Amino acid sequence: MVSKNVKLMQGNEACVEGALAAGMKFFAGYPITPSTEIAELSAQKLPRVGGKFIQMEDEIAGMAATIGGALAGLKSMTATSGPGFSLKQENIGYAMLTEIPCVIVDVQRGGPSTGLPTAPSQSDVMQAKWGTHGDHPVIALTPSSIRETYDLTIQAFNFAEKYRTPVFLMLDEIIGHMREKIEIPDPSDIEIFDRVTPEENEKGSYKAYDNSLEVPKMAAFGEGFRFHVTGLMHDEFGFPKNDTKVTEVLMSRIMGKIDNNLDDIILYDEYYTEDMDLLILSYGGTARSVLSAVREAQRAGKKVGVFKAKTLWPFPEKRVKELSKTVNKIIVAEMNLGQYFYEVDRVAGKNCEVSLLGKANGEPITPTEVLNKIEEVL
Amino acid sequence: MAVASKLIENNFRMNRLPHIWCPGCGHGIIMRGIAEAIEKLGYDKQKVCIISGIGCSSRAPGYMDFNTLHTTHGRALAFATGVKLANPDLKVIVISGDGDATAIGGNHLIHAARRNIDITTIIFNNNIYGMTGGQYSPTTPHGELGTTAPYGNVDNVFDICRLAEGAGATYVARGTVYHAKQLEKNIENALENKGFSIVEGISICPTYYGRKNRKGDAAEMMMNLKDTTLDKKVAAKLPPEKVEGKLIIGEFVNKTHPEFCEEYHKVVDKFMKED
Repeated sequence: MVSKNVKLMQGNEACVEGALAAGMKFFAGYPITPSTEIAELSAQKLPRVGGKFIQMEDEIAGMAATIGGALAGLKSMTATSGPGFSLKQENIGYAMLTEIPCVIVDVQRGGPSTGLPTAPSQSDVMQAKWGTHGDHPVIALTPSSIRETYDLTIQAFNFAEKYRTPVFLMLDEIIGHMREKIEIPDPSDIEIFDRVTPEENEKGSYKAYDNSLEVPKMAAFGEGFRFHVTGLMHDEFGFPKNDTKVTEVLMSRIMGKIDNNLDDIILYDEYYTEDMDLLILSYGGTARSVLSAVREAQRAGKKVGVFKAKTLWPFPEKRVKELSKTVNKIIVAEMNLGQYFYEVDRVAGKNCEVSLLGKANGEPITPTEVLNKIEEVL
Repeated sequence: MAVASKLIENNFRMNRLPHIWCPGCGHGIIMRGIAEAIEKLGYDKQKVCIISGIGCSSRAPGYMDFNTLHTTHGRALAFATGVKLANPDLKVIVISGDGDATAIGGNHLIHAARRNIDITTIIFNNNIYGMTGGQYSPTTPHGELGTTAPYGNVDNVFDICRLAEGAGATYVARGTVYHAKQLEKNIENALENKGFSIVEGISICPTYYGRKNRKGDAAEMMMNLKDTTLDKKVAAKLPPEKVEGKLIIGEFVNKTHPEFCEEYHKVVDKFMKED
């Protein structure tokens, strides 16, 4: 018998359902293919749970209002695709420095420029890492199924709240628009993290950027803490300081809150990696083709393993390095012309040969292409 | 240090003063006007939120003892829209300069006005980009000089008040730092309007605009504001030749129209009940 919680759902829809399960109460965005369903469903569902949706005048404003919603105390999200992701970058950097928890969904399409609006790609991977100026902490998650979209959207909110930082959920158009069976977990089985807020007795002495804490407590505007927020380098109270020491301490803390918690943040799945000659590293929609091909290769007696990254950033450096010592070759399969490949090669290149199976013509990488690459490499 | 007035003690972060503005800058007069209006209206300071973009005027919130947010260039109104919609109980005030509000932030300005969201925007208009050292802005008069208009500005100016009115703002006024009490009254009325309000406060920048265009010192620039402006009500009674070339100050719009957050809440109320 089919349980009531089994549904047929699109990735963009699963993202909204996951966000609502995580406690999303605010969405601000701008229509853009192939992410628009996320805005449409948020518009439909948020008022029904007492939340707020607003369609802003442009992508930049969508990001700004999302930050504003988070500062007023609500769990906030926006969604976009490549061109909009580019436009949002300045305010994303603002949220990183000012430590505003929020979730930014990027349903990746073919680029650069207007590119291929309705076709999949994974070509914003490096933009997620380096898109905004300056050094900054980055958490970016990427799902490869509808259920994983649901789960990682919740995870994205939890990381945002736990580490007081914007978190990227990198979908690709395959996952965004694909429909698949999903079993929605019972709410009681979902772990939800809410931001740590200051105590009543901290009024008057509240430090919005307390450097003695890895992640400072976050008050909402209007709760009686009257703090200042600025995109300038700032002291522990949030006031601008043009000071090298203050800058060093602040930068070291905001980088450290991610770097010191890699084991908590880095998520991945492995298949057949106990005994392998070749490892294929992939993520998102492409990982589905890779898994399909590798299962076939396994049936043909080939020792091929799969590392599927669910956390793109921070890079799963420790595990990739370990695995690179156990194989002769690694293939990185991704829908771009080589982005994550460079990071894998940086970490694994000394231990084994790293090659790219890249594609950026708007078509997914097929299992046949993966099998051909396996033949070529082995 | 001299004893500060009660107004300053009550509304400013004393440890953040003095401010960074140049001697003779008009911005302090507008900032004080905002504090006077808030105090007069008796708002709970825990519920007042002051949001700015980038530029000289946008440093004001850092000095003011409220919930304060210094955002990115031009985007204050977009951040403010998020804050206000997320928590409509907050009294949201945006402080912006002429470049911040009408050049890089022009799109947000017209759309916030169109929505009639309950945000009071005070534009500190000194006709120049001051923070970056005197480049021409959308309100630098045609023919005047800026560091990026070394042969005279060939652009035309925005009339901020007419722009705001056309876009749907329900309260629009213009004042100057010379007419400080009148400006304060405009700000007070703007704060009391349930909807999108704009007060254009004409300020002076003796350091860049004044020096570049030989407008004299701060005192002379203040007298110039007195001589080149006319109150709307006075102007209405004068023959056209006496009004020509003068900048009209006063209230241009003060009307009621459904406010965005209230309209959205009607939707929430209706559909929350349905489920």
